Amino acid sequence: MYAVETNSLSRIFKAKGKPIVALKNVDLNINYGEILGLLGANGAGKTTFVKILATLLLPSEGKASVYGFDVIKQAKQIRKIINLVSGGETPGYGILTVRENLWFFSQLYGLSGNLAKERVKQLIHDMELEEYVETRMHKLSTGFKQRLNLARGFINDPKVLFLDEPTLGLDVINAKHIRKYVKDWVRGDKSRAVLLTTHYMAEAEEICDRIAIIYNGTIVACETPQTLKASMEKSTVVRIEVKNGSSLSFENVSGIIGSSIDSNSNGITKIKVVLDDESRIPALVSHLASNGCKIMSINTSEPSLEDVYIKYVGRGISTDGHSK
Amino acid sequence: MGIASEAVDHGRVVYARAYVRLKGLLREPHWSIAEVIIPMLSISAYIYMYEVLDAPNEFLGFVIIGGAMLSFWSNVLWGMSSQFYWEKETGMLELYMIAPISRMAVLIGMAMGGIINTTIRAISIILIGTFLFPIQFVIGDLSALIIIFVLTIVALYGMGILFASLFLLYGREATHMADLMQEPIYVLSGMYYPVLSSRFFPTAIKFIATAIPLTLGIDGLRQLVILGGDFSSVIPHMIGLAVLASVLVPFSYIALRKMENISKREGRLTLRWQ
Repeated sequence: MYAVETNSLSRIFKAKGKPIVALKNVDLNINYGEILGLLGANGAGKTTFVKILATLLLPSEGKASVYGFDVIKQAKQIRKIINLVSGGETPGYGILTVRENLWFFSQLYGLSGNLAKERVKQLIHDMELEEYVETRMHKLSTGFKQRLNLARGFINDPKVLFLDEPTLGLDVINAKHIRKYVKDWVRGDKSRAVLLTTHYMAEAEEICDRIAIIYNGTIVACETPQTLKASMEKSTVVRIEVKNGSSLSFENVSGIIGSSIDSNSNGITKIKVVLDDESRIPALVSHLASNGCKIMSINTSEPSLEDVYIKYVGRGISTDGHSK
Repeated sequence: MGIASEAVDHGRVVYARAYVRLKGLLREPHWSIAEVIIPMLSISAYIYMYEVLDAPNEFLGFVIIGGAMLSFWSNVLWGMSSQFYWEKETGMLELYMIAPISRMAVLIGMAMGGIINTTIRAISIILIGTFLFPIQFVIGDLSALIIIFVLTIVALYGMGILFASLFLLYGREATHMADLMQEPIYVLSGMYYPVLSSRFFPTAIKFIATAIPLTLGIDGLRQLVILGGDFSSVIPHMIGLAVLASVLVPFSYIALRKMENISKREGRLTLRWQ
């Protein structure tokens, strides 16, 4: 049995015009003691997937279970053993202090007086919120609000934690603190599991045991970070800086697995191309020249997780989560 | 889980949600002051109008009672019905939905906090009104007064929970619905004038007006504290309010469950733009 299991899970939203397929036949399992990363651009279906597992949304087709409980028929049992932390969300009521907000959520999970007090105290300590314990939530910075949000996510000591872009918009220190805490938490008890959705490659690589890549509602790959990178062994990643490359396209160029193009304001276009073989480089250079591009620099590098993503999806993800 | 421990859990949710409301009252008292002063302005306008028209003195008391009860209606409409919609906008609704709790307990908690806050405001309006204007209240039958008040509040907040379910489903459109409902309710419930004993309103309109708990509540309270009515004079009000409460409360519970299921099916719990 898995901590989370889905079989042919699909979700279609009815929209004016034509239906939107947010998830298409997703088969994905999360083992006990595992952090599974769900990597995808905005609109790929990550949040829809999480919301079905968190019992906020019904699937259109297929099955999903959390800790063996069916998301449709046994939602109440699931709610007792899960929690959800989303990035950029309000972690409570602005009028209440940090301590009061955590106490408030402890009551939603039926924690008795003393247990609630102890849990709140522990989480305030773990999230290094002591200095702000009597500060009203609306006065907290974005980073500390998110720490409070994460503390809220642990208030019921969940078995399965869903983290939906938990470090969205956070500075490096806060993001690192959150990642470390999550990693330690799941390692501390093998009956726990975490599903982390993110578009930050480094985040997925740093804490996830396995990474699933989702594109247009479909899982296109699911492996350990090492295996995913190993699948790129024969591939070559070429980074090029060119002038006059803003309208460049690599369609009909053979040997290109995927590419991402970033144009900046001073006319320089940064291109990353994943080739199936190093021998394709001369053809790539001549393609650039024939399109009027002036090559400023060119070099090859070891494949990263981002290159793996480009290989499977054909495009990269920008820092704001959109495909590029 | 046993019924007793489930009841304790529901109680915790009710208390926690009411706590948020009460903290709001203590930490932002300027809001409460504003919510007393603003109704006093329209109350004063009606009182001066009645004085200019040389209306019977009891009309001044009618206005104060209507103004005080108006606070409860405003709380039901904006503090209860719209609350789930605003909580959806801030992301709080999701946190309620993933918790293993009864949504009804959340709404009852909201109602309890709202009732305490609003009762303080309503009493303030009555005290200020009595101080500023020549009005005398005579409580003939305290038990009848308590029964009428409690039944009105139960029926009114039952209506609030029912609207909260509709607002959950219809999102932003529902706030327009609340806007649309505001003025007709003012007219039909007789906030500043008697409706049920008026010769001006046709019987059919009076009948429709009794479907609003506020109409029977305001009229019953006026009978008891201004017109010197006793227990027997408000028995029809009690029956009417009891019927409304016994219909609205269970219906609101069913509606809440139904709306939650529809919202989950259609994704409306999570789509903030609709």
